[in-house]
Amino acid sequence: MSVPMPTSPSSTLQSGESHLHPFLTTRSSLNLRRRLVNALVVLSTTLAALFAAGLLIYLLYYVLSQGLRYIDLDFFTQLPTPNGEPGGGMGEAFQGSLILIALASLMGVPLGLFTGIYLAEFGRGPFAQGVRFLVDVLNGIPTIIFGLLAWVLIVIPMQTFSGLAGGFALGMIMIPIVTRTSEDVLRLVPRELREASLALGATEARTILQVVLPAARNGIITGVVLAMARVAGETAPLLMTAFGTTFWNTDVTQPMDALPLRIFQFTLSPYQQQVNQAYAGAFVLIVLILLASLAVRLATGGFKQR
Amino acid sequence: MDQATVEQTNRSVLRPMGMSLSIEQLNAWYGRKQALFDINLTVPPLSVTALIGPSGCGKSTLVRCLNRLHETIPGARVEGRVIANGLDIYGRGIRPMNVRRHIGMVFQQPNPLPTRSIFENVAIGPRLNLGLRGSRLKELVERSLQQAALWEEVKDRLHSPAISLSGGQQQRLCIARALALEPEVLLMDEPCSALDPISTLQVEELITYLKRQYTIVVVTHNMQQAARIADRTAFFLQGHLVEEGETQQLFTHPRKKETEDYISGRFG
Amino acid sequence: MSQERVSLSKARQQWVGWQRMLRVQRPGDLFFRGITLLFVLIVLGLVAGTAWILISNSLPTIRRFGFSFLTNKAFDPVHDVYGVLPAIFGTLMTSAFALIFAVPLGLGASIFLVDFCPRPLRLILAFLIDLLAAIPSVIYGLWGFLVLAPWLHNAGEPWLQQHLGFLPLFTGQPEGVGYLGAGIVLTMMILPLIISVSREVMLVTPIAQREALLALGATRWEVIRHAVLPFARVGILGGVILALGRALGETMAVTMIIGNQANEPSLSLFTPGYTLASVIANQFGEATPGLFLSAIIEAGLILFIITLITNILARWLIASLQRQAQGSRGGRP
Repeated sequence: MSVPMPTSPSSTLQSGESHLHPFLTTRSSLNLRRRLVNALVVLSTTLAALFAAGLLIYLLYYVLSQGLRYIDLDFFTQLPTPNGEPGGGMGEAFQGSLILIALASLMGVPLGLFTGIYLAEFGRGPFAQGVRFLVDVLNGIPTIIFGLLAWVLIVIPMQTFSGLAGGFALGMIMIPIVTRTSEDVLRLVPRELREASLALGATEARTILQVVLPAARNGIITGVVLAMARVAGETAPLLMTAFGTTFWNTDVTQPMDALPLRIFQFTLSPYQQQVNQAYAGAFVLIVLILLASLAVRLATGGFKQR
Repeated sequence: MDQATVEQTNRSVLRPMGMSLSIEQLNAWYGRKQALFDINLTVPPLSVTALIGPSGCGKSTLVRCLNRLHETIPGARVEGRVIANGLDIYGRGIRPMNVRRHIGMVFQQPNPLPTRSIFENVAIGPRLNLGLRGSRLKELVERSLQQAALWEEVKDRLHSPAISLSGGQQQRLCIARALALEPEVLLMDEPCSALDPISTLQVEELITYLKRQYTIVVVTHNMQQAARIADRTAFFLQGHLVEEGETQQLFTHPRKKETEDYISGRFG
Repeated sequence: MSQERVSLSKARQQWVGWQRMLRVQRPGDLFFRGITLLFVLIVLGLVAGTAWILISNSLPTIRRFGFSFLTNKAFDPVHDVYGVLPAIFGTLMTSAFALIFAVPLGLGASIFLVDFCPRPLRLILAFLIDLLAAIPSVIYGLWGFLVLAPWLHNAGEPWLQQHLGFLPLFTGQPEGVGYLGAGIVLTMMILPLIISVSREVMLVTPIAQREALLALGATRWEVIRHAVLPFARVGILGGVILALGRALGETMAVTMIIGNQANEPSLSLFTPGYTLASVIANQFGEATPGLFLSAIIEAGLILFIITLITNILARWLIASLQRQAQGSRGGRP
């Protein structure tokens, strides 16, 4: 009989017991194959994770280490030097980005927040489902489409690129992010809180504005920060709207610079000095995104679980 | 010689006497919190042993130690021995997956695989462990479903999804799934607590019937249930085994004050 | 179970009660509700307006070229002849490349993160992956243009040609910029997205499902294969389609490395090409009113329609799978 006889761990196997103890019959070809498959999966998923993480960490490390070398105070306060002469910075890009994000927030935050309130508080029936669907569609549209939209709607009629058009395009991107996060956090506000307020005779509007919204404040702020961080890195919709400039500008009807736009243009520059500044800009952008996601994690307690 | 034949040879050797478990100096932890303290308990073969006690007393942890499931929880660990027919399941060279396939388990909440059919739910164990397929697999599935007293109710819809069954049927399906591996021991962690009274009765009858072939350890918070089905009963309190003995004797003449308080309903 | 049912119906009664309270309306409430509805209508108007602007401004080229816009290879302002076949081909080619590599890699990495990774490392890696998913595309483009393209030109593509040159994929002149570079950058961009989404859905697999398999003597892989993946597959599919949408519409990273030439569609990965998004990004600067401008906007319209279909498909798929799961659960007597 060719029963595979296990080598018995003699200390645990007491005398007089059958050699065919069920816990010891592992050496069949089937069990060997199962263990082999399991080991192969562990190995290959580990390799996949190491490869993916290694590749991405390398990219992050490379850009950060290159960028750090070219950062100084001038980088934040000076204008770019012409023709790649030494020195200078991209101060106008920081200024422009701030203005553009403010413009985008002026448009995206109220629209997104009120749509979120509508969906969370009154959003029942097919109409609300349709709105939810369209908001998700809006989130999936490539951002350059909003650039095209602002280009046709604002740039071409005004016959100039402008910060206004850039802010409009970025605002369109913010709307679905703010809507979805605020709907989600408003739904998390306990029903008892609303009932208590209504039972005390407060109107529905007061309940929402003075009880529900304050209770959801942190979540809403988190959503807005996420949306701002997202548009802070957007380049494509600014190409044909804000366009970029290498001078200080606070006039929103004129072309305006932005950090990602400046990184893009300097990356393609023939001058090494500008390429270096592109790395420095990338460094700042990555750090900003890192800070925003850290802040969001801390605010939502995301480190506790998992 | 294939795996299935080996298993059957084993069965013919072991089945007549069944499997006994003897738990020796067992301690278990969740992280830093100790859940079981120096448990010593013998489970005789082909009988029903009930573990009772207030919630959080460690009775569920103990059954999860008996098929090495406790250690799969992150941070959890076990010390001590569980001797099954002379072999320590925590001994060197023993693979947990081999222990688990011979010591079957039924959980508190019925947990059929939701995306699989009734047939697939029962077939998955032998398919994975024995490589069975075709008519032998079909026979085994039918036999297991019959043993679990579910065959008549599902024989015409073996290929509909398992979650189309009622809660009681789902639990019997989970019992059939465990039986399909022809285990030596069946562990049941409060198998009736999620069921309605009629399903509970069905499962209890099933347990009484199954003990002719299997060694059964059942956790329950329901003392009447323990009295109805168990040959022996062990009472746990705060991670300690307080008292253990013949069911009849434990309920009528408890030796310890705590046991008496508990079964007379003074706490828990 | 019966207890559960009682508390459920109680909750439902409370909910109905709360809805009824809401129906008692006062003028201020009506006004507030009207305001929120107004904002909703503005958002709807903006979505509809986007579609309308794209369509109405594409009309000149639609009238002039009809379907030949999709099959015409030239995008030629000099002769006023426009077509986007190379761009559609490039969009599909680079996105397919990215999915082929990112899906298995990402799925493998997320299985590792959920099931095999030591705990302390898991937190760090998970945070890193989420961070990488948020890195702007211009950063990936910068790395692609300054590091990847020169390396492909000097080392990567010549090596591929030497060793795998018998495949049509690796023929032609190594140029550094082209489908290969764009595909690699896109792979790296959607990788964190796929890992992040599939990790999240795998994490919420009920422990009871895992333990059901464990108690049957399953190996770790068998637990994943029979408990985790069946549970998570809908979410994973959703994540993959989300990533596809991102790859199809990605502009900056691709524009910086694809080479931006309207070449004949070719299987060779070394060919510089176009995608719909990079056509827009490259051509708008010179656009003159008339057919040229309209051609750029029609490229945008096509991109809009493709991503719209992708999105709707994903939602429909997920919704129908969810319905299926709920339907069978609802069949419980």
